[in-house]
Amino acid sequence: MAIIDIKNVSVSYNSHEALKDISCKVETGDFIGFVGPNGAGKTTLIKAIFGLVPVKEGNIELFGTPAKKFTNWDKIGYLPQQSTSINPLFPANVREVVLLGLLSRKKWPRKITRHDRTKVDEIAEKLKIGHLKKRMFSELSGGQQQKVLLARCLVSEPQLLIFDEPSTALDPDSRESFFELIKDLNIKSKIAVILITHDTGYVGRFAEKLLYLDKNLIFFGKFSDFCKSEKMGLYFGEHHQHIICHQHHDASDKHHHTHYPPHDAIEGEKI
Amino acid sequence: MNLISFLQYTFIQKAFLAGAFISVTCAALGMFLVLRKMSLISDGLSHLSFGAIAVGLFFGVYPYYIAVPLVMAGSYLILKITEKAKVYGDASIGIVSAVGIAGGVIIASLSKGFNVDLFSYLFGSILSIRTVEVFLSLLLSLTVLTILYFYYWDLFSATFDVEYAKTTGIKTNKINVILTLLTSLVVVLSVKVVGVLLVSALMILPAAAALQIANGFRSAIFIGCCFSLISVLAGITFSFFLDLPTGATIVMINAIIFALALLYKKIS
Repeated sequence: MAIIDIKNVSVSYNSHEALKDISCKVETGDFIGFVGPNGAGKTTLIKAIFGLVPVKEGNIELFGTPAKKFTNWDKIGYLPQQSTSINPLFPANVREVVLLGLLSRKKWPRKITRHDRTKVDEIAEKLKIGHLKKRMFSELSGGQQQKVLLARCLVSEPQLLIFDEPSTALDPDSRESFFELIKDLNIKSKIAVILITHDTGYVGRFAEKLLYLDKNLIFFGKFSDFCKSEKMGLYFGEHHQHIICHQHHDASDKHHHTHYPPHDAIEGEKI
Repeated sequence: MNLISFLQYTFIQKAFLAGAFISVTCAALGMFLVLRKMSLISDGLSHLSFGAIAVGLFFGVYPYYIAVPLVMAGSYLILKITEKAKVYGDASIGIVSAVGIAGGVIIASLSKGFNVDLFSYLFGSILSIRTVEVFLSLLLSLTVLTILYFYYWDLFSATFDVEYAKTTGIKTNKINVILTLLTSLVVVLSVKVVGVLLVSALMILPAAAALQIANGFRSAIFIGCCFSLISVLAGITFSFFLDLPTGATIVMINAIIFALALLYKKIS
């Protein structure tokens, strides 16, 4: 059974078509990079999965259940784009923020138990943020905040993690260790990961599969297949295809120098 | 007169009892409004309550029986105008608020008989609170606090990170409606304490002061409620002994607490 099964999905905002005829599957243990230029529909596709935008055509199934009837949201951990969604004045401490991750498995009236607090403490220790538990979330550094939000995702023991541009708030060192942590979770705990980014050069170091969107589905499959594909070579231009694949093949080399091709270059080479 | 004999007055006891419940309710709800940038909805709804109270007085009906449903309907209207009319929330608050005041003024000019009554609602008159109003305050305060208790985590999540809250199955639109309807109830209650013109202060100031010094959300709500309670009880007492208007005294004490909280934050 696929974790997510998307079949021929189209989404429109008023008359503007944001996604057209998208089909893909997310399986257990997958690490998929959702890539595409700004406005390509990456976040829209995630919103469609969560039922936050109406799907015009097609079907989405989550863990074998039609998305509209799906209620086990604790199986999916989501890290939204940090800068836009979090209330910066909110006086929450770290423990309270992580507790929010357990609400998805509770029915109204949602109450937090002693067992829940223990779970939060355990996940905080695991992610090495135990010493921050009583600190105010708003006073932490970008890297620390990201780890707290990751703990919020992980505390409900999800089978799928979705990250929307997680590196935006991070400096290069924090970004490196954050992605290493995600990769580790993916390999050791078999948690499927969807990583949304417009950074085509970076994602291949960690993801096994690539989904390239530009309102339409340009490519979905393994990186190795992407690299061999003549069609993709024509679409992206050999140079850019090589950069993405080069990154992928060097995934084990931690000292590898990273290229960040301007995404204008991708669009410029389209056929 | 000493403090003991002051506390033996029945009207002071009633004012303390109703004031205590209303102040705690205002602060708890106000915390969510302040953090959601919805503080001014209390201002708009208090203006609407002015119109609603005028309608009640005009028809000779007990004003709160008219004000509660009318202001609740107004709060729902604010949400609908924001949703349907392509304007931001502050503009729809402005619309409903203006209609409330304008309606109140027109009705007052038509009647000519109850202007004095109506204007007592502008500045509050908790020292003249009636027994039925004390019971109404207790009942509505307990209702609001109970609903806040049962929706605490939903409200927390939707206020801290609305996008994330949606993905955990929390119906954030429903939370908005609940919060707005509760605000309308609390606004009508608070009109008796501080008056139409100062209701928003009772909801904003304790929360704003608590946010300066709290180290967690639960503690922020607790501190806000304490500040609000102190301000109302002290405001009633000082206004009585110094012969000052009660509503305005409560608000000034709140403002002093806010200034002290800011100072404490700066020093620590």
